[in-house]
Amino acid sequence: MKFFRLLTLACVATLMAGCSVQPWVKPYERDRLADTIMAFDANPVSSSYTHHVYEAREGARGAIGSAGGGCGCN
Amino acid sequence: MAPLAVPVVVAVVTRGIDYVYKASITILLAVMLLAFAAPKASAAVLADDRADVMYHSYDGGGVTIDGPSVLVRKKFFNNFSVTANYYVDSVTSASIDVLVSASPYTEERTQTSVNFEALYGSTIFSWGLAQSDENDYAAETFMFGVSQEVFDGLTTISMGYSLGDDTVSQNGRDDFERDVDRQSYRLGLSQVITKNMLVGLSFEAITDEGFLNNPYRSVRFIDGNVTGTQAERYPNTRTSNAGSIRSRYYLPWRAAIHGEYRYFTDTWGIEAHTGQIGYTHPTDFGWEFDFHVRLYSQTEADFYSDLFSRADAQNFLARDKELSTFTSSSIRLGATYTLFEHGWSFMEKGTVNIFLDRMQFDYDNFRDLTVHLPDSGQSFEFGEEPLYGFSANVIQFFVSVWF
Repeated sequence: MKFFRLLTLACVATLMAGCSVQPWVKPYERDRLADTIMAFDANPVSSSYTHHVYEAREGARGAIGSAGGGCGCN
Repeated sequence: MAPLAVPVVVAVVTRGIDYVYKASITILLAVMLLAFAAPKASAAVLADDRADVMYHSYDGGGVTIDGPSVLVRKKFFNNFSVTANYYVDSVTSASIDVLVSASPYTEERTQTSVNFEALYGSTIFSWGLAQSDENDYAAETFMFGVSQEVFDGLTTISMGYSLGDDTVSQNGRDDFERDVDRQSYRLGLSQVITKNMLVGLSFEAITDEGFLNNPYRSVRFIDGNVTGTQAERYPNTRTSNAGSIRSRYYLPWRAAIHGEYRYFTDTWGIEAHTGQIGYTHPTDFGWEFDFHVRLYSQTEADFYSDLFSRADAQNFLARDKELSTFTSSSIRLGATYTLFEHGWSFMEKGTVNIFLDRMQFDYDNFRDLTVHLPDSGQSFEFGEEPLYGFSANVIQFFVSVWF
């Protein structure tokens, strides 16, 4: 339970801290991150097929994606 | 959106007994709290409208699988989007498992899925359903997820939950039907490190409960001079944990290198490492090339053996090569050509893509029993057969249109 409470505290603290943190990469500096060659999942139809090919032949599974686009380019 | 999330949160709460699951709930609640409480300084966006039509082909190890996949994604009412996918695997199998114990067969698997997304400030809620059908296996999955941008869009936190209900049957036995319940808990984080570098972290815990083995496969044993086979027998539960880190780096010229590592472990004793590194290079002539190398290795499950010492040698028995110790490697060459970068008619952009993968699998303790087939012309003692290995070619050809 101690681990659970500490994790809760850490999550809330981290997320609330986000309200005041200044971005170290400014929006106008994110043009390269917005380039399609930087997308983690540029072609979902292909990546889902590729994961299926591997998952059917390997014992391992999961943790194949990441959180959204995440480049903060808007 | 809160009323939609509440039943899922309650469902997760009632089932979660492990720290991992409690952590998932904590982060979900924290993300939801932030979604409604934080100032809407930055706003996330839903993915672009697009349609993809793909032909895929896998050929290796005596198995040929091909078919179409169609994916369409469309926004509506500004803050909502729907994604639908139709996917078919047409299988012709004369794999090593089939050759030594059955006859080559053909079958078809069809999968359909629909996923909805709703945007609220810098939060995206998603939920969806997927259904997969083949003649001896049916699967239904419900998914829910939420992602939240924080730190002025530099960080995206996400989590997801899936609940799967599978039905296993067996051709030739109308009375055979077993269930599998599956739950998946996902956490993800995508982080802008510098103006040239992105990093993604992902964690996923999956639990299965039910009939987890293949009803057709058997193990073999040798007891003195007596040899024989018996049906596989797996545990009724499996829990796996996987964590991965991935990164993309924009080079001084317009190109990117990318890498990924995943560590996997489960309660069956399998431990696996996956590594991948690649390079993406666009040109000024509308072409973009991608190259990557992927390496994978795993240890065997605790109850796996290529050859058991007697019948009923232990409680659980497996001789599935996917549960053995093996390594695999693959190389991809991909080419994308942009058809109309500045739009044409109702389309904003279109691409034609071809990805070619060459895969190689080498098994450390799974032996090639086809040497015992009458027409093999070879003779080996039990347990002395050559180790098995095979290569495969994978083709993906697809056209994408943004509109």
